[in-house]
Amino acid sequence: MKLQDFNHRCKTIRRMIIEMISVNNRGHYGSAMSLVELFVYLYDEFLNYNPKKINLSSRDRLILSKGHGCLVLYSILADKGFFPKKELKNFQKFNSMLPGHPEIHIPGVEASTGSLGHGLSVGVGMAKALKLNNNKSKVLVILGDGELNEGSIWEAALHASKHKLDNLFVIIDYNRLQSYGKNKYVCPLEPLGKKWSSFGFHVSEFDGHDYKSIKKILRKNIDSYEKPCLFISNSIKGKGYEVSENNPLWHHKNFESEEIKLLKKEFLK
Amino acid sequence: MRKQALKTIQNEASMNSKILFIGSDLGAGVLEDMKQKYPNQFLMEGVSEQYLIGFAAGLALEGYIPFVNTIGSFLTKRCYEQIYIDLCLHNLPVTLIANGGGAVYAPLGPTHLNFDDFSILRTLPNIKIFAPADALEMDRIIKGSLTINSPIYIRVGRGGEKIVTNKISQKLNILKCSTLVECKDFNIITTGSMLQAAIDISCEFKKKSKKIGVVHVPCIKPIDESKLLNIISKSKKVFIIEEHYANGGLGSSILDLLSKKRKDDLKKIDIFGIENKFYQKYGSQKELLKYFGLDNRSLFNRINKCF
Repeated sequence: MKLQDFNHRCKTIRRMIIEMISVNNRGHYGSAMSLVELFVYLYDEFLNYNPKKINLSSRDRLILSKGHGCLVLYSILADKGFFPKKELKNFQKFNSMLPGHPEIHIPGVEASTGSLGHGLSVGVGMAKALKLNNNKSKVLVILGDGELNEGSIWEAALHASKHKLDNLFVIIDYNRLQSYGKNKYVCPLEPLGKKWSSFGFHVSEFDGHDYKSIKKILRKNIDSYEKPCLFISNSIKGKGYEVSENNPLWHHKNFESEEIKLLKKEFLK
Repeated sequence: MRKQALKTIQNEASMNSKILFIGSDLGAGVLEDMKQKYPNQFLMEGVSEQYLIGFAAGLALEGYIPFVNTIGSFLTKRCYEQIYIDLCLHNLPVTLIANGGGAVYAPLGPTHLNFDDFSILRTLPNIKIFAPADALEMDRIIKGSLTINSPIYIRVGRGGEKIVTNKISQKLNILKCSTLVECKDFNIITTGSMLQAAIDISCEFKKKSKKIGVVHVPCIKPIDESKLLNIISKSKKVFIIEEHYANGGLGSSILDLLSKKRKDDLKKIDIFGIENKFYQKYGSQKELLKYFGLDNRSLFNRINKCF
């Protein structure tokens, strides 16, 4: 894909996120915006799936373990035709199929998440099952950096390595901000790469907002390292709008009408 | 009982390659035969119970039927949220085999005691909760569990229990309760290993020319509403005996049922369980049950006073 086209796709997805937020003037804005370029790349170029045959055994599985980032997941799933785009207009409404955290009944969602620290264990189970079935599909698990505070993540990491799950690809959305503030204040994570490496993962990193950087590391025919892979996606929370970038107050937000107007002006222009 | 559970799992696994056994750093040699014969179906994971449940959920999402086995107290208390989200919300056919039901681990102290498993799990949607009375019933329940497409919890007793369920048809639906001793006016309703005590007590009463019936409820959730309502409505007095805190377990389930369907029968119920507190008492399961007034002699005397 040309860089220009990629940027256009990301802009489209950000617009969809803004439209969803404006349904109820609320949502985990910052946590979704940091994932946009990654998700566009994953769904446009990396993952194998068929939105019309969602249970195809040959599909790659993606678990958004940081379920609060669902605005980007719903936007891309709708964009790809897993469900009609009009559903986005019902985000978090009483009878909506799209709650504030993903549930498995939504086409394209592989596991219900929301409470942090669950997705990697489930992903390890899925990857193990695929191995037992000689199925070559990949399992991707997207973790938040704050989520790494959960002990269950490290339990699962130990076992992913034990089972030599080279079909498991874990991506950390490393925007360095969790709900309260900076990781290094709340719960320092560094040296992050060395930690995962010592847990038996092949570790690499990319700029989570740079198409070429993502593509260079996450190639379609990614090498087999005979062990699970961990990717650190260096990202910016709230990416795309100056006021929201690196601003923990925009992790989850109840928006004033004026703020929605400004967001629309920024993204829908 | 646990040996039987593992034996049945191995037998079923030999016929169905989707059945997996997942242990959590269990004792050396557990299911060695299965490990040798069916290495792909035997998974011994670390002391990582939260992971274990998510791992089983991932396998089940891909069509496997995992049986997870470790100490019950860890499964219920430590993994509550994993059971709630990973198993119940996804409604997956994962069976939890919980060692050390009730006071089995008496000498090990409160970290290992399991007086609250029914109460902890009872409010979770989709889960089914079982407490077999002996090895024979364990075999029937494990086989029956394969026909249920949702999470299952099975409490495991101490082991070596006398077989008392041989009069129950092997074809009986595992969700149903059974009457082991018939009596119209007075009945004991119980579950799990306490069925042994209930039958012994009933025999003692018989020797004294008093009659008391025994009803066994192997499935705490969903409870066999119609049969229990029928028995209770005909009874003058009902004694619920359980190796569980007196709040939240079988007794509470029955009180819930009566308060919903037949309030007039509430006054017939006496619950003999464990008072809801910590105890600095250890020793053996037998000693602890005696301390709680749940040994045969104490139960006989407590019930006798109510006649």
